Amino acid sequence: MFRNTYDSDNTVFSPQGRLHQVEYALEAVKQGSAAVGLRSKTHSVLLALKRSSGELASYQQKMFRIDDHVGIAIAGLTSDARVLSNFMRQQAMSSKMVFNRPAPVNRLVSAIADKAQVNTQEYGRRPYGVGFLVIGLDQSGPHLYEFSPSGNSYEYYAMSIGARSQSAKTYLEKHYESFVDCSLEELIKHGLHALRETLQQDKELNVNNTSIGILGSGSVHETGVPPSGPFRILEGDPIKPFLDSMVPKDAPPAAPAATTDEDVQMQD
Amino acid sequence: MPDMVSLSRGNSQQFNTPYSENGGTILAVAGSKFCVIAGDTRKSNAYNNETRYAPKLFRLTDKAVIAVNGFAADGNMFVNKVKQQLEWYRHGHARDMPLYEIARLLQTMLYARRFFPYYVSTILSGIEEDGTGAVYTFDSVGSYERDTCRVAGAAQSFMQPYMDNQVHYRSQRSAHGSSRPTQLPLSNVLSLVMDSFASATERNAEVGDGIEIYVVLAKGSSVQGLEKVPGAQEMTATGDGERVFVVRRNLRKD
Repeated sequence: MFRNTYDSDNTVFSPQGRLHQVEYALEAVKQGSAAVGLRSKTHSVLLALKRSSGELASYQQKMFRIDDHVGIAIAGLTSDARVLSNFMRQQAMSSKMVFNRPAPVNRLVSAIADKAQVNTQEYGRRPYGVGFLVIGLDQSGPHLYEFSPSGNSYEYYAMSIGARSQSAKTYLEKHYESFVDCSLEELIKHGLHALRETLQQDKELNVNNTSIGILGSGSVHETGVPPSGPFRILEGDPIKPFLDSMVPKDAPPAAPAATTDEDVQMQD
Repeated sequence: MPDMVSLSRGNSQQFNTPYSENGGTILAVAGSKFCVIAGDTRKSNAYNNETRYAPKLFRLTDKAVIAVNGFAADGNMFVNKVKQQLEWYRHGHARDMPLYEIARLLQTMLYARRFFPYYVSTILSGIEEDGTGAVYTFDSVGSYERDTCRVAGAAQSFMQPYMDNQVHYRSQRSAHGSSRPTQLPLSNVLSLVMDSFASATERNAEVGDGIEIYVVLAKGSSVQGLEKVPGAQEMTATGDGERVFVVRRNLRKD
């Protein structure tokens, strides 16, 4: 293959103007299990599929809390994710200490993007092998950002990363215009449906392999959430009501007796 | 506290000490299912009053309140650093730090500055893991012990004996045949706190202006009469779990 001679050195461009090491790093993100992020007018949510190495093993953590108003889901090398999330936590705390206000989310994302870019331009350093979906809440409302090891970051209405994430993206592209007015429960239901699209044939979402991260006021299935709606990660039995709200995969389309044009079609 | 630095230059300006004494007093009482921690809000400097409202009490978690008294700049910065450590704990453990762990953390943080100390007397108060009220007192370099009732600050010598007498019945000869309640109810404690600050305000120039009282209630305990206290504000957002209330009152301003 042509690219073999240009792909071992981070600081060497290929004749096509590509940095192959960075592209290989993006591959590492694509190998990680899927994560989905979406937002409404009032809430941002993250949903992630946790992987386990076998029946005896625990499931790999996919989400981290950065601050009360920022949370992340990861795809890729978890060890790199811990380093970067630690850095984000330090930045968030130092911003709060120095300026007496929560760190602006876009600044946190820019900080890790700039940090990741350094590793794409310095000899001897390898790019980070992890991508993030970052949700945040500030005065202008909820936000969702994607961070990638190339050093790029973008804001999104909805996004997914990781293995087979294209299927989730297709679902999100189809439905994203309805997200803005969704309730939290409806938003999570959309997210779970999107996440389900990334599953392999005989697998399903269950309380062990699914993680839900929420920013914004509490849902009807939660208790004890302060009105400010700090970021929290739901796993295990607490997510059962959300999983139960999903439309079963092979259910026939709902009887059209009372449907109107405004109903969102959950099922193809 | 001896002067740490003394630079004699023969100029009119001399830098004798990096510390100031900002006056004020703090107090904490532990009940069986609650604790009360209070402090006046005056901040003074020598013969001047810098402000009538400078808070000395800070809520660390739903179960813990810290009061720092002495040099306000050191006190505020120390509390900020403690809060950062509690945030790291939350990141790593997905829960708040229990009270007895915070107490030990305060010791290590204070002793780390053994050779340029935080010039504060600290009182930590709250609800332990088993639901009982607790008070921990620290000196400026981290020596600490668990207590039931403690006063620190400018009016310590006025108020501590009064509290010993009223809370623990020390130096009282028991009236013939009468029994003493073993546990003071919350309303009694609040009255004692208010009265002792009012008396200290009368006799001590550095105490006055206002008082801020935090009450931490154990999980599952009733509101214990707090609903009748005018101006009591709840700081915790949810009704389940421990609850933290603040009450503010005026003290004499002269």
